[in-house]
Amino acid sequence: MTLPKVWVYAEAADGKPTSATLELLTKAREIGDTVEAVYAGADADAVAPQLGEYGATKVHAVDHGSSLSGVVGGALLAQLVADQQPDLIVFAQSYDGRDALGRLSVRLDRPVLTNGNAIDVNGDTVTVSTAVFGGNTIVTTAFEGEKPYLAGIRPKSFAAEPGGGGAAEVAKVDNVDVGRAGEAQVLDHHVEEQEGPKLEDAEVVVSGGRGLGSAEAYEPLVEELAKVLKGASGASRAIVDAGWVPYSKQVGQTGKTVKPKVYIAIGISGATQHMVGMKGSDNIIAINKDPEAPIFGVADLGIVGDASKVVPKLIEALKAKS
Amino acid sequence: MNIAVCVKQIPDPAVPGELDPETKTLKREGKLILDDSDAYGVEMALQLADTAGGGDVTLVSMAPNDEVSGLRTALAMGAAKAVLVSDPALQGSDSLSTAKVLAKAIERAGEVDLVITATESTDGYTGTIPAQIAELLGWPSLTFAKQIEVGDGKVKIQRQTEAGYDIVEAPLPAVVSVTAGVVEPRYPSFKGIMAAKNKPVDQAKTADLGLADDQVGWKGARQKIESIEAAPERQAGEKIEDEGDAHERVVAFLEQLKVI
Repeated sequence: MTLPKVWVYAEAADGKPTSATLELLTKAREIGDTVEAVYAGADADAVAPQLGEYGATKVHAVDHGSSLSGVVGGALLAQLVADQQPDLIVFAQSYDGRDALGRLSVRLDRPVLTNGNAIDVNGDTVTVSTAVFGGNTIVTTAFEGEKPYLAGIRPKSFAAEPGGGGAAEVAKVDNVDVGRAGEAQVLDHHVEEQEGPKLEDAEVVVSGGRGLGSAEAYEPLVEELAKVLKGASGASRAIVDAGWVPYSKQVGQTGKTVKPKVYIAIGISGATQHMVGMKGSDNIIAINKDPEAPIFGVADLGIVGDASKVVPKLIEALKAKS
Repeated sequence: MNIAVCVKQIPDPAVPGELDPETKTLKREGKLILDDSDAYGVEMALQLADTAGGGDVTLVSMAPNDEVSGLRTALAMGAAKAVLVSDPALQGSDSLSTAKVLAKAIERAGEVDLVITATESTDGYTGTIPAQIAELLGWPSLTFAKQIEVGDGKVKIQRQTEAGYDIVEAPLPAVVSVTAGVVEPRYPSFKGIMAAKNKPVDQAKTADLGLADDQVGWKGARQKIESIEAAPERQAGEKIEDEGDAHERVVAFLEQLKVI
């Protein structure tokens, strides 16, 4: 079953749609007759070809200037909805996606269903499924009330596959009423040097937890192993809360979802909060001192041992091979 | 400078959560504690008020059964007072209804220059409430802050991005959501704990905020839980004890997966 019109809130970085945007477009093709994108950014013409390739026939765009993109994007959506009447608008559960979704829900006075990892259309019923309790329970919720329905979807919920469409037609909007929200101005961008792939896109993810013992152990054990395996480094909530590493590295319910080919958990006990973010990995390796740690319940290979002993030897052996 | 901090009182995350089979919502009847995520906001507010040379830090919370134990923890850290909204009509509230209640509660807290929230709660984690509160108040929102400065009637933050961080600034009043780990929350002192017992908690009902019953709770949520199912379980594989050579087994496994 399909809906007449599905919109995807598009985001881009360096002139390219984010992988989460492409995942949502792919899903939108399956559940919508007409798929369109809505985008806040100055480079709509640059991102339109790829948005089209993944299913959008049109991209409604506004230049957000130096205001926050999600704030302006939310205002743009609110302005377009009455005229264009989309049935469903999907957002990536990202930093800017959440700004846009939150703002829009108030302007339209519509509820939101968030953290979805599935979205289904059954006749007139649209449902969003969310994993709770560390991913061991799936709650499926149906929208009621007036359309458009608003859904926040976690990145990595769907595969991104091109549909072969041509470039999306760009419909630029000049005036958007952002209100006082537009007074939040971005003064400067800081790009933190990042070696290797992004956490969400990496084929190998190495994450560290409280079992590392100290903040100082993160770099030589977790980051170094990630580097040797050409992967990305992540973290459990416990060490983000403790200030050892920034929030952007957090894997889990209140962090990122990753689905790499190999996930290596070092000194992570496997709190439900963490499991929901990594249980979908193809293969899981866990290294932990505590033989009873719940992480071993999901690990394809579990090593009961001291990370400070096992990991340096592992790094050395891998270096010897390359 | 007066700061309002939104705090949530949640079931202890260390205890496995349970859904009520009847209402299909998270069971919240037991003792509730201050959400760890909110301790950062409370600490940040206390430090900012201190730097500004004064002003009150007011807690704003919505909780069932007039629950105050989590609020007492934050009051013991140093917050001056709290507004607590508790009403059976709020059961089943979604994020938008919750934001409506919190925005009204912030207005009830008096003149406020800055509202601080966490990025999301540990139990519900919709992650939209900071932006929703800001839109309801008609204020700018600066989300995902990893550092905050206030001065000259403005708030300036380092905002987490995928690539690093942005410097974002807005005139007050504004809403700022802070990421975990942004500051180290203080432990309440014995003196703080004793003082917290006598700090004012302004208890309000939905009607006191001027909200109609159909704007909150089940009616306001406009959604219906269709099903609750067990997710497919992942099977545990091989587990070995390290006897000095476990790294070799890891190398072999990675080779088998063709990762190296």
